[in-house]
This record gives sequence, structure tokens and C-alpha cells, in this order.
Amino acid sequence: MNVTALLDTLLAFSESKLGPLWGPATYELVTSAVFIVLIVAPLMLCVAYLTLWERKLIGWMQIRIGPNRVGPLGLLQPIADGVKLLFKEVILPTNANKALYILAPMLGIMPALAAWAVVPFAPEVVLADINAGLLYVIALTSFGVYGVIIAGWASNSKYAFLGAMRSAAQMVSYELGMGFALVVVLMVSGSLNLSDIVNAQGRGLFASKGLHFLSWNWLPLAPMLLVYFISGVAETNRAPFDVVEGESEIVAGHMIEYSGMTFALFFLAEYANMILISTLTAVMFFGGWQAPIDSALFNLLPPFGWLLAKVFVIVSLFLWIRATFPRYRYDQIMRLGWKIFIPLTLVWIVFVGAWMQTPWNIWK
Amino acid sequence: MTTPLPDFALALPEIVLLAGACALLIFDLFARGERREGSVRFAGLVLLATAAATLFVLLGTGGALAYTFNGLYVADVMALLLKLGATLAVALALAYSRRYLHDRGLLKGELLALLLFALLGMMVMMSANSLLTLYLGLELLSLCLYSLVALNRDSPVSTEAAMKYFVLGALASGLLLYGMSMIYGATGTLTITEVARQVANLQANSAQHGFLVFGVVFLIAGLAFKLGVVPFHMWIPDVYQGAPTAVTLVIGTAPKLAAFAMAVRLLVNGLLDLAADWQQMLVILSVLSMAIGNITAIAQTNVKRMLAYSTIAHMGFMLLGLLSGVVGGNWLNAAEAYAAAMFYTVVYVLMSLGAFGMLVHLSGKGFECERLEDLKGLNRRSPWQAFIMLLLMFSLAGVPPTAGFYAKLSVLSATVAAGQIWLAVVAVLLSLVGAFYYLRVVKLMYFDDPAETAPALEGERDARVLLSANGLALLVIGIVPQPLMGLCFVAIKSL
Amino acid sequence: MFETAVFYAFAAILLVAGACVVTARNPVHAAMFLVLAFFTASGIWLLLRAEFLAIALLLVYVGAVMVLFLFVVMMLDINIERLREGFWKNLPLAVVVGGIMMAEMAAVLAGRYFGVAPRPLARAADYSNTKELGRLIYTDYAYAFEIAAAILLVAIVAAIALTLRGRKDSRRQDPAAQVRVRRSERVRLVSMPADKE
Repeated sequence: MNVTALLDTLLAFSESKLGPLWGPATYELVTSAVFIVLIVAPLMLCVAYLTLWERKLIGWMQIRIGPNRVGPLGLLQPIADGVKLLFKEVILPTNANKALYILAPMLGIMPALAAWAVVPFAPEVVLADINAGLLYVIALTSFGVYGVIIAGWASNSKYAFLGAMRSAAQMVSYELGMGFALVVVLMVSGSLNLSDIVNAQGRGLFASKGLHFLSWNWLPLAPMLLVYFISGVAETNRAPFDVVEGESEIVAGHMIEYSGMTFALFFLAEYANMILISTLTAVMFFGGWQAPIDSALFNLLPPFGWLLAKVFVIVSLFLWIRATFPRYRYDQIMRLGWKIFIPLTLVWIVFVGAWMQTPWNIWK
Repeated sequence: MTTPLPDFALALPEIVLLAGACALLIFDLFARGERREGSVRFAGLVLLATAAATLFVLLGTGGALAYTFNGLYVADVMALLLKLGATLAVALALAYSRRYLHDRGLLKGELLALLLFALLGMMVMMSANSLLTLYLGLELLSLCLYSLVALNRDSPVSTEAAMKYFVLGALASGLLLYGMSMIYGATGTLTITEVARQVANLQANSAQHGFLVFGVVFLIAGLAFKLGVVPFHMWIPDVYQGAPTAVTLVIGTAPKLAAFAMAVRLLVNGLLDLAADWQQMLVILSVLSMAIGNITAIAQTNVKRMLAYSTIAHMGFMLLGLLSGVVGGNWLNAAEAYAAAMFYTVVYVLMSLGAFGMLVHLSGKGFECERLEDLKGLNRRSPWQAFIMLLLMFSLAGVPPTAGFYAKLSVLSATVAAGQIWLAVVAVLLSLVGAFYYLRVVKLMYFDDPAETAPALEGERDARVLLSANGLALLVIGIVPQPLMGLCFVAIKSL
Repeated sequence: MFETAVFYAFAAILLVAGACVVTARNPVHAAMFLVLAFFTASGIWLLLRAEFLAIALLLVYVGAVMVLFLFVVMMLDINIERLREGFWKNLPLAVVVGGIMMAEMAAVLAGRYFGVAPRPLARAADYSNTKELGRLIYTDYAYAFEIAAAILLVAIVAAIALTLRGRKDSRRQDPAAQVRVRRSERVRLVSMPADKE
């Protein structure tokens, strides 16, 4: 595949047409836009089919069949849902704050999509290979809360507002645990660049013997993996931490007044976030695109395939958790975040820091 | 790429104190009992360890000037002696006010931790060799003091005092920072010794010189706020009166040592070559403080408020020492003058400890000893305590042979030596005015009858013993001032 | 050239957002404009290749501080009209202060009094200013950094000491006791004869 050559030709073309000043700039803009579309379009498709997979999987877990009417095996169900949502009316509540009401769903989905810029899909395949990638991801995941609280406030509804208040407190609290867990990853990798983090997991005693999966971060940093994943569930407001929506108490929280496409945007954001958190978990703790064992058989699957497989398993874990656990009470969620996760991560940072100073440091 | 480790041993006092304060926070979590005896004892131990560490460093360096942490930290005799003094002052304050705090439900682990952190802030200021650390130390100290004032949350007066203190303090910090940024802009460095070098190389009338003087104005304003001199004194009476007396005891004592250190670091260490400019500003501050402090104090009926105004006057007097160092560009007498100012500050802290300590001691459960009437006929109720209070008041007024007299004398002689005769005359006259309200307290104690409703004195014995020692120390220093004066002299020489 | 154009675009957005923070009638709108201002400012920092500072600004201010700020602003019942009463009265003073600050900035930027440092050289592509910042903080400025940490600790202690007050009448649960509980303490099995009607 000669993508680089093609891009070079394009650059030369744009420079010849628009001059040396504006040519490269335009070229950058256009190629970036193309790449963004290349990432976002499949992502949206994944989101659509994730909803179907969720219904199917939970159905099987509850000994039901799940959607099976639209298309073969119900495979066209997400398309039908999408069409339905597109054609529904977007209702503006009378006393809602119009501008913010419309802005909120966009604010919700923006970070869920923007974070993908730094995710490495395979070696050298990443939209923006920036030095501070990890920081960028932490910063963007912390924006997700805006969509929720702005929606809750702008709807001018009690339930929505309650949901907004809950989410503001919950998401800010769990960001801390998440951030600290990632600090440990950063310490052992020695880099903020996500590609470097994946590469760092490919080194070590076990990796040199071909057993890559034992050198990945999940083993030495198991507590951090747990903290990160559970915080990720809380950060995406998924069950059992979905008090923000809490169907049985505040109906649907911040989304209560939304309908049609505005509602769909929240939905897309939630599922896109889920996939994002799963991908990040795979990248930080499960070796990203690396094959678990370095052998010809395992290398049959391309790197991107391995990443996809890992993400699929982790996303299914989200769904499994939802099917299994009852909803936490609000104060229990806060206690878990502040009194268990944050102390745990702090202790683990010190522990790993001390570990790295000893001769038994495995991350050299 | 490895960097050599800094010399941690020089900062041992701060390290011990910080570790101790953090340990106290955890210790208190598991401490049982209403009186928090364990925690108080723990805090005492931390203070003792800090003092020991300071002594250790003092003996280790032998008084030599030493820098560490990439020039952010300086250990000289002045810093170490002032640290010892501040540690002692905080320890005494804690000992005096234990029962008072317990009676009011304020004796909590947080209070002890905040006290220790405040002391840490003072120490950082005393050892600062960079505008950055000086400011950070100041903020650490101020933050602790704001919250200590507000700690008695059910009292609207305390809350109001804390609010005023906080807002004005933030303003002063802003002024100080602005001044510092000007200095940084003109010299291009934050390190104080480096600033001094740059200033010495500067030509007069250059643009940088103008900016420096502009910055100095703001520095002095910030400094004046922290010292509490006119016209930046507004917070002092309200905070002193509004805070629980035990907290006033803390605010009115050890931080003055830190403020003195800050003044010396900024003005003497950093900007001695601009002395001609800042000395003139100090003259105005000093005269105004002595005048307004002494005259307004006469009108007060609340002892705490009266002592607050007396603080303003005393700090004004102390500035006399700082402003008579350099005469016509030569600083032959500078060491004497600054040593006199340091002596004055130390003695003032001792007097203030005693005076507020006595008020704390005389207060009982549900009874605040803070009005002048509350002191009526103290001689009848407890002659010994009345005598100690008499010593304190005489010393504050500057009556021989107490330490207060010698302190005033040494500062005045420095002023006269600097040729500022008129300043000395004004200072003496205003001190005479001040003597009136101190002696009024003595008159109330000895010649008036106690009020019918005066509650029984319930102070505990160890505090009484320490208070007596405090009062008698002033007498001893007044009669034999040479050792302390000698120490101050050595400290200033070490700069 | 392209960067200059982006800079001017960002600067324009930043100024407009800043002005809107002050003039917006609705406090929530004002807060959102402030978020926009932070966002744009961080974009400008990115143009200067200060990626750590730019992202830290977003992470700390947009991600945490402004969320809590919004939280509070939304809860408050602010009477906007009353807040705006002093606007015209204070305007002259504000204009004077702003003017002085402008003049000072101009004096500084004119570079006659302060030697404005020459433009720093462009760094290599793999130059990470995050690393460089970390190195400075933990070596040259370690002492100041530790004191700043102590200040933050004091802020936490003080905030908790001033606000946390155990209410006697509030019911709270003891998770440890909940975990310790045994079945025998909660459930009693009663064997009852199965009766017919």
C-alpha cells in the first residue's frame, strides 16, 4: 500500500495550485478532515451495532432472544432505530434555555469523538502522534460532563437538574481515580505518548520469550486496571453507576426532555464513550495492537485485528456488568470513589515508585 | 542526566516540622478522648524535635552562611535564631491556651496541625533566599492564620474577622506579588542575593532604577500589611478582637518574627542599595503608626483591641531601627541598627506572648477576659498574677528596668546615631502617650475593687508557671540585655 | 503565515468570549463563555508549542474547576438585575484601572524598559516540554514545589475543618458494620406447619 506516496502527490498538487503559502495548509486541513471521517464513520457504525449487541447479549444472559424481527437475525434493527430517531420531532420545552439546550448534546458527543485522534490503531497508524497524548485523553474525557450538566440545567426540569447535579459530582470524583491510575501507567512507560505506552508493554522478561501477554501492564498493575475500568464504567454513567439516568427515580435524568436526534446524540455519546474507554483500557493495560504470543499462528491476525478483538471483549464486559449488578446508591458511589479508589491509587503510585527504584525494577 | 542532590541537612528543621505536622494529622485520626491530650503532646514533641533540629543545624554550620536547593534556601544565624524563637513562641502559645481552647471546643487535631503548618510557613519565610519561596512561605502562613481565626464557626465576630483578614490579606499578597514582579522584571532574577548583585551594578536614573523603585513601593505596601503598620493596619484591631483570644495569642506573636525576617530579606539582603528610597517610605509608616497606634489605643475599652493598637505602635517603633541603618550611602552603623530592630521584635514577641497569654489564662469557662473592667482589682484576687501583668505592662510601656525599656533605648540610640534626632524625639513623645494606657491597666488592677460578678480564677498550674517565667524573663533581659543583644548582633552580622 | 492566521482567529475568539463573560446576562452563559475562553487560550498555547501547559489548563480549569463552578452557579438563585445595578456606577473607575493596566502592558511590551528576551530557538520535534517542566520542578525548584504542596494540604485541612460538622440528627450508615453483619442477625427461619384452609 502506498499511502505515503499518494499523500506526497496530493501535497505537491495542492502546492502547485494554491502556492507555497496556502498550499500546505489547505492540504493539512483536507487530509485531516478525510482521516477524521475515516475514523468517525466506522466508529458510528460500531456504536450502532453495539446497541444491537447489547440487546442481544443481555437477552441471552436473561434467557431471552433479543431483537430478531428487522432483517436477518435482527441485523437491521439499529438502522431502523436510527431512521426512527431521525424522523422524530425535536421538542423544545417552553421555558428551556434554547441555545444551551441545543448545545448540550453536541458538547456531549464532541469529546467522545475528539479523543480518538491520539488512539493508536496499529504501529504508526494514529491521526495525531502527539507527545502529551495521555494528558490529552484525560483532559477530553473530563469534558464529557459538560454535556450532561448543561442539558440538565437548560431543560428547566427538576428531574433533569437532579441528574445534572449527580453527574457533576460523580464524574469529577471518578476522574481523579482514573487520572491517578493512568499516572501509574505513565510512570512505568516513561512516556505520555500512547504508541510509546503500547511499545513499552512489548518489552520485558516474558516478552523476550515470546509471551507478550505476561508483560502487559494488566499483570503488574492489576489494581490500577481494576480502578481504571470501574472508574471508566462510572465515568460513562453506565450501570451499576447510572444514578444520573436512574429510570426508576429521576426517569432519565438529564435526557428526560430530549427527543429525536438530540436524544440520539446523547445515546451515541454514551456508546462512543464506552468504546473509547474500552480501547483505552486495551491500549494502557492489554498491549494495544500487540498479539498475546509472538508466534506465526497468532500473527495471522493483523495488529488492528488484535486491538479490535480486545476492545470487543472489554466492551462486552461493560454489558455483562450491566446485566448482573443492581444500581448503587448515590452515597455509595461517592464513597467508593473518594474513600477507596483515590487512597488505593495514591498508595499504589508510591509503591510502584519505590519498586522502580529497587534492583527488581521490571520496567527498565 | 542526573542532578546532584541538594543539601537536605540544612533544611532539617523544615523537614522535621513538615513530617511531624503530617504525622500529627494521621495520629489525630486515631486519637481518642475529648481533651486530645495525646495530640497536644504529639504536637509538643514535634515542636521540640523542630527546635532540636534547628540547634543541630546551627551547631553544624557554625554560623556560616549556607545556601541549598539551588539557591532557594539560605541558612544563616538570623534565620536559625528566629526559627528557634518562633518555635518557642508557638510552643508557649499552645501551653497557655490549652485549657481555653478545650473549654470552647476548639482543641481539635486540625487546630494543632494548622498551628504547625503556620510555623512551617514562618520558617520558610525566615530562610527564603528567593522571592518565590518568600511568597510561598507567606501564603502558607497566612492561609493557616485565616482559617485559625475562622475556626470558631459559631461566633459571628470571628467569622467577620476572618473574612476581613482574608480579603485584606489577599489584597496585600497581590500588592506584594506586583512589587515582586516589577523587581523580577528589572533584574531578571528571583534569587534575592542575585537581585542584590544586579541592583548594585545598576546606574542611578536608568529606566530599570525607576521600575525598581516603583516595585519597592508595592513591596513596602505588602510588607506593611503583614507587619500591620499604618496605613495598612485596618485589619489588626478587628482580627485581634474578633479571633478567639488563644488565636490572637498566636497571630500577635510568632508571625511578627517572620514579618521581621521578611523585611530584612527583602530590604536588607536584596535592596540595600536602594536604602535611600525605602528608608524614606519607612519614616512615614513609622511615624504614622506610632501616632495612630498610641493615640487610638487610649480610647479602647476592650483589652484585646487596645493591645492591637499597641501592636501597631510597637511595629512602627521597630521600623525606626530598620530605617536608620544606612546614612548617606554608608552602612557602618547598619548592623547596630538592624540588631536593635531585631532585639525589639524579639522582646515585643515575648511581651505580647505574656500579655495575651495572661488574658487567655484569666478567661474561664464561658467567660472571656477581654474588657478593661475584667482586670479590675486583680491584685485582690491574685497578687502574683497581678504582679506578672504589671511587669508586662511596664515592659510594653518601656519603663526601666524592664526589657521593653532597653529595646526602646537601643532603637532610639540607633536613630540618633543615624542623625534622625527629630524622629527620636517624636518617638519618645508618642511613647509617653502610650504609657498612659498601659499604666491605666496597672491602676485598674491595683487600685480598683474587683467587680462583684468576677468569676473565680481557674487557670492551671503549668500555664501559670510558664507565664511567670515569661514575665520574669522580661525583667531579667531588662537588667542583663547583653546576651540577647549579642545574639541579635551576631545574627545580623551573619547576613 | 497559516499559524499567524490561526493565532488571530483564536485571539479574536478569546477576546469576544472574554467580553461575553462580563456582559452575559445569564451567569450560566457567562460560565460557558469562560469555558470557551479557556479553551481558546489553551489553543493559543498549543500554537506556542507549550502542550503541557495547554492541556493542563484544560484538564484543571475546564475539566474540574469550571464544572464545580457551574455546579454552584446553577444552584444559586442569582438576581441578575440587582447584580448589575453597580455596573454604570463603577464603570469609570474600571475604565481608568483598565486603561492604566493597558498602558503598563504596552510599556512592557514595547521592550524599552524590560529587555524582552529574543525569540527562543525552535526545538527538535521530539522535544517534550512536559519532560523539561518536570525536570525543572523536581530539581531546581523542588523546594518551592514542596512548599506549594504543603499549601494545598493546608487548604484541604482548613476547608474540611471549617465546613465539616457532624450533624447529630443526620442518619448515616456504617459500611463496616454492614459488611460484618451475619445472616443470623437479620433472618430468622421459622418453621410453620403447612395448614390447609
